Amino acid sequence: MSRCKQSHAPAAMVSQDAFARAMRDASLPIPLGLVDQDGGRAGRRFSVYRNNIAVSLREAMHSAFPVITKLLGTENMNGLSRLFLRAHPPSSPLMMFYGAEFPSFLEEMPQLSHLGYLPDVARLELALRHAYHAADATPIAPEILANLSEDALLASRLIFAPALRLLQSPWPIEAIWRFNTEPQAPAPQAGAQAVLITRPEFDPVPHLLSTAGAVWLDAMQQGASIGAALQRATATDADFDLSLPLTLLLQGGAITGLERKR
Amino acid sequence: MLPFSPNPPLSCETANHLPLPKDPPRPPCRSHNTSPAMTAATSPAPSLNALPAAPGVGYKPQHFSQILADAAPVQWLEIHAENYMGEGGRPLAQLRHLAEIFPISVHGVGLSIGGEAALDTAHLARLQRLLAWLEPASFSEHLAWSTHEGHFYNDLLPLPYTGATLTRVCDHIDQLQAAIGRPMLLENPSSYLAFAESTWSEPEFLTEISRRTGCGLLLDVNNVFVSANNLGFSPQGYIDDYALERVGEIHLGGHDSDTDDQGRPLLIDSHGCAVVDPVWVLLDYTLERTGPKPVLIEWDTDVPDWPLLAAEAERAAFALGHLPAEASRPAVRA
Repeated sequence: MSRCKQSHAPAAMVSQDAFARAMRDASLPIPLGLVDQDGGRAGRRFSVYRNNIAVSLREAMHSAFPVITKLLGTENMNGLSRLFLRAHPPSSPLMMFYGAEFPSFLEEMPQLSHLGYLPDVARLELALRHAYHAADATPIAPEILANLSEDALLASRLIFAPALRLLQSPWPIEAIWRFNTEPQAPAPQAGAQAVLITRPEFDPVPHLLSTAGAVWLDAMQQGASIGAALQRATATDADFDLSLPLTLLLQGGAITGLERKR
Repeated sequence: MLPFSPNPPLSCETANHLPLPKDPPRPPCRSHNTSPAMTAATSPAPSLNALPAAPGVGYKPQHFSQILADAAPVQWLEIHAENYMGEGGRPLAQLRHLAEIFPISVHGVGLSIGGEAALDTAHLARLQRLLAWLEPASFSEHLAWSTHEGHFYNDLLPLPYTGATLTRVCDHIDQLQAAIGRPMLLENPSSYLAFAESTWSEPEFLTEISRRTGCGLLLDVNNVFVSANNLGFSPQGYIDDYALERVGEIHLGGHDSDTDDQGRPLLIDSHGCAVVDPVWVLLDYTLERTGPKPVLIEWDTDVPDWPLLAAEAERAAFALGHLPAEASRPAVRA
């Protein structure tokens, strides 16, 4: 191989802009300066790139949203992925976080409006993925809470592990998720559900929370003391039992620190 | 589920079969003088990386337990940098553990070194952070682009080999090597088409980049085979023209087969199947000229069970173990 063409008239230049546009839109002509070994038009050779990005991003969507893929079927998910990729191409090489806009994209699809739960199920899958990659944190020993006086406990704020997630939905998203991931899970029943995600070691676990439990945790995440959050939760449900979410959080290694209210 | 804790004690049984010292030598930091006069293109470059001249494989999490139980004949592992840029969790815990046992090669797939735009400094900072805590035995990236106007295409896209591309790629490599404080290896791409505007052959282009920036080269023998078929050149001629004295690592992988508009075979780099026999023959041709090198098996899609991947590594070990004596090797061009 040697240097060539130096004495010829300048050949057609292909900018990355032209390359990228033709790659994203198969109805556009292939840039003239892309050739085969004989100087002929690139043709199907260029299609390799069109196909590579379409297939790799489609597969990224399948692995990012396995429950949505199962609910819609592979063919429908492929079609939806094509539309999504055109509207929201990846903006970062960190493909593990791809698809952040997918839940709101689903919300805006008129042909999916009869499946109102899809966006929140997608939010649950996204939250599980983010919890999986979240920073590690050392949980506090459960005795630290157990050894506090009631007054001291109620005056405390909690610091949570970065993997902790809370989702609230008018749909039974935990039941839908479980029904599509666990063979023995019961069929979902209509109704709102709140989901707490903890990551005890390396695998995120979704837990069902009561409505009042979600009110309590939401307040805690916003910096309320345990007592102040408790007041809000009991306003929702007079029988709210604080020990249930606290146990889930402790078992899930989700509490990493304690701050005493001054 | 993998039986795994973040820092399991290494038992004697685990340690006994480890083929390598736990602390492989670190590549020394070098200053990167880009003046051609200061960078001898043809000098051997023993400091390009610290990988052993032995088989390695692309690490897949599903092989974690088997690799810990018995990795033979695999002696080192390669990871894709972007898969380990999360904040924590299992990927980083596994990598921390593996890095205590195996030399690690970090292979970037998203820096877009050939991109017309400036390097993404946020991504460069993520890479710096990964390399700083991991201190891998090698870092490599591609002669390609993947990002344009903020869109990441998740593929390695081709470049015209022109003076303008050369300047841009060298500037990006200078910036990268200054940021990470070590030399990188730059990999030859798989080509499906050519640019009419190109004025350099690919081996000459890569040699010139290496000469100007001091970077080493990664030679993907399967990519050579694929490109040679697709663009009608001799794969052996390409190897002969490559700056073999700058090569710090060799890659092998599987490819798919299609046809172009004229019905000619069009090979597509897929990393989704076994390495084909003619590529093994081309590896022998290469190793006869380079001597022993770190040889990686890449298998990224339709990932096989460990025994099949280990068998591919075994074949690489065989090739490395049956090289002619140094004196009888064809001379590498000086």
